[in-house]
Amino acid sequence: VPEFFTPAEYETCRAACARLIPTDDDPGADGAGVVEYIDGLLGAFSVQPPRIWAGGPTSGRFGGPKGFAEFMTLTPLEELGWRMRIEGSLGLAEREWNGPVVGWQQRYREGLSELGADFSTAALDEQDRRLHAVPDFTALLYEHACEGMYAAPEYGGNRELVGWQYIGFAGDVQPRGYSDAEVSEL
Amino acid sequence: VTVDAVIVGSGPGGSAVADVLTAAGWSVIILEKGRNHLLTEDGSLGSGFSNDELKFTRRHFLGPDPLLEPRSFRRSPADGDRLFVGEVNSVPTTVGGGGVHADGKTPRFREIDFALASELGGIDDATVADWPIGYDDLEPFYAEAERSIGVSGDASANPFAAWRSGPYPMPPGAPMYAGLITSAAAEQHGLHPYPAPTAANSVPYDGRPACNNCGFCSYYGCPIGAKGDPIGPLRRALATGRAELRPETFVTRVVVRNGRAEGVEIRLPDGTDEFVSARHVVLAAGAIETPRLALLSGLEHPMLGRNLMFHFQTFVLGHFAQRLHPHKGRSVTHVHDDAVLPVTGPDATGAGLPWFRGGLVEHAGPAHPIGEALIVPWGADHKDTMRRSDFRERLWGFIMQGEDLPQATNRVDLDPRIRDVHGLPVARITYAPHRHELVASAHHAAVMQRVLATAGADWSAVWTSPTPNGSDTTGSSSPIPISRHLMGTLRMGDDPTTSVCDRWGRWHGIENLVIADSSPFPTGAGYGPTLTLVALALRTARGLTGLVQ
Repeated sequence: VPEFFTPAEYETCRAACARLIPTDDDPGADGAGVVEYIDGLLGAFSVQPPRIWAGGPTSGRFGGPKGFAEFMTLTPLEELGWRMRIEGSLGLAEREWNGPVVGWQQRYREGLSELGADFSTAALDEQDRRLHAVPDFTALLYEHACEGMYAAPEYGGNRELVGWQYIGFAGDVQPRGYSDAEVSEL
Repeated sequence: VTVDAVIVGSGPGGSAVADVLTAAGWSVIILEKGRNHLLTEDGSLGSGFSNDELKFTRRHFLGPDPLLEPRSFRRSPADGDRLFVGEVNSVPTTVGGGGVHADGKTPRFREIDFALASELGGIDDATVADWPIGYDDLEPFYAEAERSIGVSGDASANPFAAWRSGPYPMPPGAPMYAGLITSAAAEQHGLHPYPAPTAANSVPYDGRPACNNCGFCSYYGCPIGAKGDPIGPLRRALATGRAELRPETFVTRVVVRNGRAEGVEIRLPDGTDEFVSARHVVLAAGAIETPRLALLSGLEHPMLGRNLMFHFQTFVLGHFAQRLHPHKGRSVTHVHDDAVLPVTGPDATGAGLPWFRGGLVEHAGPAHPIGEALIVPWGADHKDTMRRSDFRERLWGFIMQGEDLPQATNRVDLDPRIRDVHGLPVARITYAPHRHELVASAHHAAVMQRVLATAGADWSAVWTSPTPNGSDTTGSSSPIPISRHLMGTLRMGDDPTTSVCDRWGRWHGIENLVIADSSPFPTGAGYGPTLTLVALALRTARGLTGLVQ
């Protein structure tokens, strides 16, 4: 069940991300769970601690504790900043000292609406045309799609490391690191 | 309670001062507006630093959050009050400051860098000046700084290096494969690449492990404590029991009465305000926030905030047929100094300059996939481009940290309208490069492209930061410098009319207010400022304790 999107928004967002990073011989945005990543970001404050900063120092993939799996607590100021970024200022005086801030939630709600309720069933070239017609929203969506594809899987995307595997990237290698020979030789 | 010194900022400068003062028996309070991810209370490593590209490069983990603490930017007053509001040159706001996110390249300046006006002469529209101290005055403190934070390097490898009283504390770490290729090509062109002096342990040092080459160095905090962020000096200061480190504490004002600093007003995490009484106030908040705090405190000097310098960065990257794995190793392991030498003669005079200088050239390339993906187009070709890794594993070249001449019109002042989350005016940056920087950049970029061709690159491209006259403030042709090397806004000198602080970092006329970051630099040379600001802070602290006259 999506944390922020409506089921229809979720489907439009999923279909849009699938055009940005398509599936080919390897999984693309769909297989990596990019839409779950974005929904988890927009709904970051529906869990505590919020899904903003994974912990450390290691993920456990190369040894060490599974620290990435536990998200970090934010200070009240940090929470204010991230709520402004995600939710926007919402007319609240304590968020509008420099003027209103449009949050990602509103940008997604409006951007997905502009892509059209029938987006996910439209022909692929029609989907691309609509994405090009809203360049500001598509730029935001692409930033988040890249994050969901290539960030650590604890953030909800890069499922089973498919984003790293198809490009041959080992990811977070602490505490193993690389040997001097791996650094200096081909 | 009145402490001997309150230090504003826990970065490399503030930490160096805390180390010296506590060793001399002083009581200090170190105030840091950001969080403490570096050290726990017992001095062991914090657990927040990690190999997490999202957290460190996309989610402002080291701070500041540009929504809470924006800055504004304009190229000149002709842009109006501002051209841009948001992230402008954010050095981390976290315990350890700028030391945390850097990849630890810690070169010394050279002898000539302290005497540019007398050695080379002035340049029109620039405020080139000699430092009030010379390299010989600073050399012992350079040596101490290298031992204090832990620097690895090879003292015999750079033919242009300033004299040294001893070797580096550690030998160089493992050279990166791509750096070996560009070093060999650079040598064919008569250049002199050498192992980058780096504040990352190549062997166990000061109770911390050797770097294990994880590759998450530049922009990241070190998860294993192998980096020469100020962890060593902070640990020593705290271990004396005479230092108190207070993170999440924002200094709103320095209180000065009758020519003496009495302490600072602080805002605590719960929003309440307090006064910290101190016999000395040390400002080490960086060359943007230190002048901002001085301005917020009502301190006045005609040069306050002026002569803001960055480094004019020239990026020359080439595309290679083979994979170069730039994500393995400590981000940069090779540099060369050839471009810091002054160019005179027709190349300069033909451009209307008596001389020009570039800067340290780092052999470098992009390392991580989110950053790569963001410059790869979306759509059908995205994955093939990422598979080939045309913009990461096959991309490598040079970053030149070009000397940025001081100009009185480049400055920090208070934005007339934009406020931070505390309700205080933010720093406004007014900045445009001097023609000198553009001439030096173009001259050396051509050399770097030739070296890349020799190294086997099938194409190369050049761009700079800032992009002169660029108006796209969020894209790759931005006039906002991305260099985090900030210098010059509280110039030091012997003449109180032309400089803000004296040769001991003391504010002229306010003897117990001292500056211990890169704000006092009269000129910025072509080297990252960290080691020099640490050396200067060590000397300034010794001036306070009276151990050096």
